[in-house]
Amino acid sequence: MLDFPLWKKIMLWVVTLTAGLMALPSLVGAGGGDWPDALPEPTVNLGLDLAGGSHLLLEAEADAVGAQRLQNMEEAVRQAMRNAEPRIRIGDISTADGELSFMLSEASDIDRARGLLEPMMQGQNLVREWDLSVRDGQRMVLKPTDSGTENAINDAMESATEVVRRRIDELGTREPTIIRQGETRIVVQVPGLDDPEALKELLGQTAQLEFKLVDQNALPTNVQAGIAPPGSQIFPYASGTDFEGQSIAVRRLGGIRGDRLTGATAGVDPQTNENVVNIQFDVQGGTRFCTLTRQNVNKPFAIILDEEVLSAPNINEPICGGSAQISGSFNADSANNLAISLRSGALPVPLTVIEERTVSAELGADSIQRGLLAMLIGSLAVIVLMIATYGRFGIYATIALVLNVLMLLGIMAFANSTLTLPGIAGFVLTIGAAVDANVLINERIREERKRGRKVISAVENGYKEASRAIYDANITNFISACLLGFFGSGPIRGFAVVLIIGLFTSVFTALPLTRMWVAGWLRKTRPNDINV
Amino acid sequence: MKLLKLVPADTNIKFLKLRVPFFVISMLLIAASWAAVWTQGLNYGVDFAGGQEVQMTFEQLDQAPVAELRQSVAGLGYGTPVVQEFGAPNIVSIRVPLPEEAEETDGAADKIGDEVIALIQSQYDGVSTEANNTVSGKVAGEFRSDAVLALALAMLGVAMYIWIRFEWQFGVGALFALFHDVSLTLGLFAVFQLEFSLQIIAAILAIIGYSLNDTIVVYDRIRENLKKFRKMPLPELLDLSVNETLARTVMTSLTLLVALLPLLLFGPASLFGLVLAITVGLFVGTYSSVYLAAPILIWLGVTSDSFVPQETEADIQERKARSEGQARPATPAK
Repeated sequence: MLDFPLWKKIMLWVVTLTAGLMALPSLVGAGGGDWPDALPEPTVNLGLDLAGGSHLLLEAEADAVGAQRLQNMEEAVRQAMRNAEPRIRIGDISTADGELSFMLSEASDIDRARGLLEPMMQGQNLVREWDLSVRDGQRMVLKPTDSGTENAINDAMESATEVVRRRIDELGTREPTIIRQGETRIVVQVPGLDDPEALKELLGQTAQLEFKLVDQNALPTNVQAGIAPPGSQIFPYASGTDFEGQSIAVRRLGGIRGDRLTGATAGVDPQTNENVVNIQFDVQGGTRFCTLTRQNVNKPFAIILDEEVLSAPNINEPICGGSAQISGSFNADSANNLAISLRSGALPVPLTVIEERTVSAELGADSIQRGLLAMLIGSLAVIVLMIATYGRFGIYATIALVLNVLMLLGIMAFANSTLTLPGIAGFVLTIGAAVDANVLINERIREERKRGRKVISAVENGYKEASRAIYDANITNFISACLLGFFGSGPIRGFAVVLIIGLFTSVFTALPLTRMWVAGWLRKTRPNDINV
Repeated sequence: MKLLKLVPADTNIKFLKLRVPFFVISMLLIAASWAAVWTQGLNYGVDFAGGQEVQMTFEQLDQAPVAELRQSVAGLGYGTPVVQEFGAPNIVSIRVPLPEEAEETDGAADKIGDEVIALIQSQYDGVSTEANNTVSGKVAGEFRSDAVLALALAMLGVAMYIWIRFEWQFGVGALFALFHDVSLTLGLFAVFQLEFSLQIIAAILAIIGYSLNDTIVVYDRIRENLKKFRKMPLPELLDLSVNETLARTVMTSLTLLVALLPLLLFGPASLFGLVLAITVGLFVGTYSSVYLAAPILIWLGVTSDSFVPQETEADIQERKARSEGQARPATPAK
């Protein structure tokens, strides 16, 4: 046991010092201008509960994706049937029960219809996205497949995450974290943001802008009762508009969607002094808008935002300049928000906040201060207790403890882990438990000495016999800490991370390191008796 | 230097003599804990109940108007809020539960949260929001089921490990001791209606890990002694093992305790529940290692043979062959 080969010593010290050195930037606050390039730079990230900031968990309504998909398919089917040569007549189109179905007027068209629809059932990469079947001989049923729905949700979530990122960037906040989580969720973390109201408002807006023709044949009484004429749908006016509380019927088809924009800015209409949003279409969008307005001069069209009507002005002349103005009782803030939302693109699916955690920077700083103070007092108490109980062996345990904390911090910095408030408790717990290994070893040495073993053999046996229980105890700790890390979220995961890394560093510093020091001392002094 | 010896050398306390009364007491405590959880219920925090929790500082006041706040927030019509001081007299934590019908509606919790903050800021000057947590019913439900799953898996996982490393009786003993520790911690939170949050689950998982440390130390020694003293009666052997490891058990619990106490006393208010649960678990866990985990081995019928490898068919044949070989005249060495 006294033989500690040089390579082993060097290795132990290299590991200890490298990991310990990594802690340096976190301790002194690296990243400043005069930080030497040669030294490591990564520091431990502070969780939002310590740094202050806002955490939002957004969930997408997956059903909305499916509904949108059915609607798109309906339009595509109508167009395909209309363009067929000769035209295939269809009717009784329904999108109920999550499937699209329609009747063929002539049963003999069935093979032609099938031939036209079949290529539309296939998605990218030859994945079958729809199932096509015929019911009662004349009704064609298109049902989305699971993989088709999954693909659609996946695509929607990916672009939703991108849109969220663009909107938050527009707010000019620092270093937001935006991660997709699970199938339909997005985590947004913005450090330093105390009041997330503006952010929530911005993300709550889907910003689906649509221009649809007003159905002038609809009976006003039917519209107010919510009964839409065939081929039309009913939308309510947005709150705050002149016609709040009323609804309007618009034609389902033939409108255009405001997703082909190159810009949107908030402004004030010099004539009416109203807050407005000016939008610029791209070339294709401008052309379509021009066609729509030219074909419907002197008819009203509705400007619909997120299924609410902003206004329904009359088309006085074709609008072909590629730009348009939206008004609808905005104030300066809401006009600005809408401009941002339109610029960053519409969310393909509505998002709702299902979890929010906000901590002010002051509270975070206070937590760090109190946590550090408690940690310091706790460490001192452990050190006093260890030295008073085990003397020289307690001093070794103390040095091991300090190195353990440094290594733990260093590895966390290197791994770019996040230190949270429960993580501080994890540090304290690690400090209290790390010396357990030394306690077990030292008590065993005491016992072996009492049984009359010679110093060296007692120390040797102490390390050997104690390590069994040490490993078993640490492995069971590891099991429960891993489950905590797996099931816990956010701050709690931070606690598990500290515990897990701490288990490894504490076994390392408590076993091989102290053993090396003890061996070195025994070899040098060869004592006949040890005070332990 | 005279070194500190907290536990005198060569203790010979007859722990096992009182195993039946202590076991009965433990069983009663477990039953009482579950009865408390059943009748009183756990005081779910915002993590598990869903709803809104907001922490506010009244900068212009020495003392936050707790009673007034309770009334005005109740006026919003979302049920009785929990309003309490949080760390300082002018800091309050206000918790509004999520109405049952709103549990499944996404965004409902968020809306309530905004209303509460707006209301208070309109009624008082110089109020700053320190923290604001909103959890929807859906997320709270997920947290609840995840927590139960994590606790169950952790207990089973470590018990399996002990079973593999020792014998099945030890696995059962450890599992029972853990069940005791977790039950009593839950019971404490139910009786005193302390806020039960995700942090407490983290604390219980930490307890599962750390209270087992003592159990393992005792078990390791029992196994060692079972191999060493083949003829010693089990109760006597268990007493010997517990006494031999007593200094260790006390010392490891003590180091953890002195590290945790400052955090409990001076640490951030929001860590209080977590640290309290771990501290309680520490005492309960040390007790259960000595008074439950060890005696249960007697009832489960551990014997010295548990750690002596059983002779297999192959072993028997090999032994026979060997004795036959010895019976033959030894071939002269060359």
